[in-house]
Amino acid sequence: MSTVPIPTLPVSKRISRWFGRNLIRIYAVLGFTYLFVPVFYTIAFSFNNAGKSNLVWKGFTLSNWANPCGAPDVCAALGNSLKIGVIATTAATILGTLIAFAIGRHRFRGRATTNLLIFLPMATPEVVLGSSLLAMFLAFRINPGVWPTVAAHVMFCISFVVVTVKARIASLDPRLEQAAMDLYANERETFRRVTLPLVMPGIAGAALLAFSLSFDDFIITNFNSGTMNTFPKFVYTSAARGIPAQANVIGSSMFLIALVIVAAGQLVNRKKAR
Amino acid sequence: MADASSSSHGDLKLTRVTKSFGDFTAVDDLTLTIPEGSFFALLGPSGCGKTTTLRMIAGLEEPTAGSIHIGTTDITTKKPYQRPVNTVFQNYALFPHLSIFENVAFGLRRRGVKDVKEQVDKVLKLVELPHLSERKPTQLSGGQQQRIALARAIVNRPALLLLDEPLGALDLKLRRQMQIELKWIQTEVGLTFVHVTHDQEEAMTMADTIAVMNEGRIEQMGSPAELYESPRTAFVANFLGQSNLIRGEVSSSDADQSIVEVHGQKIAIVKARNRAAGKSILVGIRPEKIRISLPNDPCTGNVLTGGIVSDVSFVGVSTQYVVEMPWKQDLMVFEQNDGGTPTLRPGDPVSLSWNAPFTFGLDGSEDVNAGSEVDDPA
Ligand SMILES: Nc1ncnc2c1ncn2[C@@H]1O[C@H](COP(=O)(O)OP(=O)(O)OP(=O)(O)O)[C@@H](O)[C@H]1O
Ligand SMILES: [Mg+2]
Repeated sequence: MSTVPIPTLPVSKRISRWFGRNLIRIYAVLGFTYLFVPVFYTIAFSFNNAGKSNLVWKGFTLSNWANPCGAPDVCAALGNSLKIGVIATTAATILGTLIAFAIGRHRFRGRATTNLLIFLPMATPEVVLGSSLLAMFLAFRINPGVWPTVAAHVMFCISFVVVTVKARIASLDPRLEQAAMDLYANERETFRRVTLPLVMPGIAGAALLAFSLSFDDFIITNFNSGTMNTFPKFVYTSAARGIPAQANVIGSSMFLIALVIVAAGQLVNRKKAR
Repeated sequence: MADASSSSHGDLKLTRVTKSFGDFTAVDDLTLTIPEGSFFALLGPSGCGKTTTLRMIAGLEEPTAGSIHIGTTDITTKKPYQRPVNTVFQNYALFPHLSIFENVAFGLRRRGVKDVKEQVDKVLKLVELPHLSERKPTQLSGGQQQRIALARAIVNRPALLLLDEPLGALDLKLRRQMQIELKWIQTEVGLTFVHVTHDQEEAMTMADTIAVMNEGRIEQMGSPAELYESPRTAFVANFLGQSNLIRGEVSSSDADQSIVEVHGQKIAIVKARNRAAGKSILVGIRPEKIRISLPNDPCTGNVLTGGIVSDVSFVGVSTQYVVEMPWKQDLMVFEQNDGGTPTLRPGDPVSLSWNAPFTFGLDGSEDVNAGSEVDDPA
């Protein structure tokens, strides 16, 4: 065999080729870094031996994790947030799912209007919504507190539930339900055995979304909760004095719990697909 | 709860059934009897109302007018789950969240049958897929899904099984194989099959009885041979295979045959096969019935002279000729490649002849091209 010299590319060309081939990876690394730096920062500072203010790194400790309720009021606020979140999510998911089925499955007078009205709470600025709700509650002589807050959360969560569940219903092949009816399932059994299981992933997603919206909400809650403290309110008010490291512990835990839920969901799905 | 195995067996009867969507009539005054235990094919071009007819029988659509009976039971307004009828849907419609086993068991469980496992195993064996019972529908090939859809329906032993183009998504080879299997299963389990298709070959090979549908109406119903040999309308003549239809006038008649004058030449037609109401007639003859010969060769039966070969295509078992007649009409001729006739070339002058009894006559008011421009997507 004769040896032909392999032509070498000039250096500038080789560099631009390398970039061309790895551009997506570079973008991905940058993107994820951007997304996760705050999360890692939060987690790292949950281990900070902070003392009063958790702004500068003062050394590693496990004491924050060992004693998450150490900071005054933090666990009471968290408890309120969890309670409101669970109640609001349950109510909003049930009501929103029913509305989604009504809009997605039935033709009735005012359907288009309902469809539009559902979007309104999502489009209205939270400040306006929160202050108007407070004015309304006061006009009806209802004092701010847990239940007005729950009512407000249910209201804005419903929109998101309806939109999420409706999308799932719309993607459902009507022939599956017809096939069930053809196979001797009456209306109720068809709903229980075919429709509901197929819409379930949408409902579960909507519930998760509703919970995180409720748990996270500050503006509307601040107007309607009166003296009751919630976790976002706690963080906001303590920001002036210095946020205790326990807030980071709770934030990190929420993140980890969400991660576990998502991972578990993936696992279950993969098992189901097998 | 409906008990499919014991209630209302018998012939399926549609009486003057009409279905309108708004001011559009999808099925128009349809009257039809499908004998118990038969393999019945509903054949017609796209949009002629086949699926709508099936959906009314299944109870997924309510007729605008008319009634539907199985045996003596009126099922017109019964819910789908109250009818001894099961459907194999056009797209299978298997439940994606259930395993193959649970898909097949669905109907049995709803009816509260006891030996679910045995029956499901048996029917999965029948469709030769017992090893897939734990899989999900998405993990099956198209042909396998089709068989599961079939199993899910026949496991209930319905009085009537409706199949809406179940083979439409399959490739030609698998389709032929499934046609044979379907026919075999129908004979095996002895159920009434109503099979919707727009593939005429499929209908002819599988069905005992074919109904040809067009624009919401039945054009003609009968055995495959009957429809092919004695089409009653130009639509049937052209939709089922190919036909040559030539305009003519009946010039004289005796007891059992008429003489028809077509463009100055005379053709005999058996009276029983003439459906023309008046003197104006369309003379029909299938391309494979015609013999092609040189002008001076002796011919018997009906003869048309003065043709010029305009196109020749060799297709293996036969040679297909297009012959232009003096009145500028192209006629199709299929000649067996049995060494009987030498191959002709374009431009050759020829005579066409056939045995007189093969001739059929249609009413002169019909459109010569009805049903022939309907393209078959298969
Ligand atoms: N729900 C409906 N609303 C309005 N028109 C409809 C509806 N369902 C069917 N049609 C119309 O009725 C006619 C018959 O439809 P059908 O589905 O029965 O046709 P088909 O014979 O099954 O055709 P294909 O071979 O393409 O499946 C079509 O013209 C169709 O557009
Ligand atoms: Mg159809």
